Amino acid sequence: MSELGRYQPLSYFQLMEISLRELLVEKGVVSETQIEATVEDMRARGPERGARVVAHAWTDAAYKRRLLENGTAACEELGLDVPALRLVVVENTAEAHNVIVCTLCSCYPRMLLGLPPDWYKSRNYRSRVVREPRAVLAEFGTVIPESVRIRVHDSTADMRYMVLPMRPAGTEGWDEQRLAELVTRDSMIGVALPKAP
Amino acid sequence: MAVEALFRPGDRVRVMRAYPLGHVRTPYYIRGHDGVIERLCGSFPNPEELAQMRSGLPAQPLYRVRFRQNEVWPDYRGRPDDVVEVEIFQHWLEKG
Repeated sequence: MSELGRYQPLSYFQLMEISLRELLVEKGVVSETQIEATVEDMRARGPERGARVVAHAWTDAAYKRRLLENGTAACEELGLDVPALRLVVVENTAEAHNVIVCTLCSCYPRMLLGLPPDWYKSRNYRSRVVREPRAVLAEFGTVIPESVRIRVHDSTADMRYMVLPMRPAGTEGWDEQRLAELVTRDSMIGVALPKAP
Repeated sequence: MAVEALFRPGDRVRVMRAYPLGHVRTPYYIRGHDGVIERLCGSFPNPEELAQMRSGLPAQPLYRVRFRQNEVWPDYRGRPDDVVEVEIFQHWLEKG
């Protein structure tokens, strides 16, 4: 915190971002107000959107089938606007555990989970989870038993991925809202399990 | 305007071992490896062309391809049926 208030020169990429933004505004391509509104909109999105989808799938088997078949359409069904999101939902079962990464950059289902955590964008996570997923998951405190196979999904192109975690035992009869509180961001990336009831 | 999809789910494919410059969405680690088509995702403008300010058309079919981890990484530690699934454009695939 001793750095607070001290002058920090802008980095190359910060300068490039400001220059490009100011040019776009100056040339009338976008307005400051539009940029501000988009930034606010992205900030307002959080993992509770994804959690709502998961909780609904846990309580409605027909919806779950539709979600696994066409993630985007199933989100729209719940009134979630997911522009530009081609969503593939992958289901965790007693036999298979799924985990998501983008090894090339930081593709992430922002429309459902909000902004990605810093570790998701780190070179460490991106290069290791694809090569030694069991070791990386263990570092997150998620030990996958030998009896369960692992599917790593590398979102290299136009699709975005979300994990449908397994519904925790002991939640029989819970309503969707209560269930959604167990669904964490990390459980939808696949590096963790939902909270225990 | 899209290129015809040549592969179907279950088909064996091999990722081309090529190293062109530019904005390529095929990760290095998967080039040259054998996999199986998991699904066709649809057709999308070619990102390598888009990055050059061209139209990217005709659109290229995009697949999810499933690879066995122990085939991709010879020293892989895990189950023999652990997999990695990667999105790959058709022009990077040949019959396996």
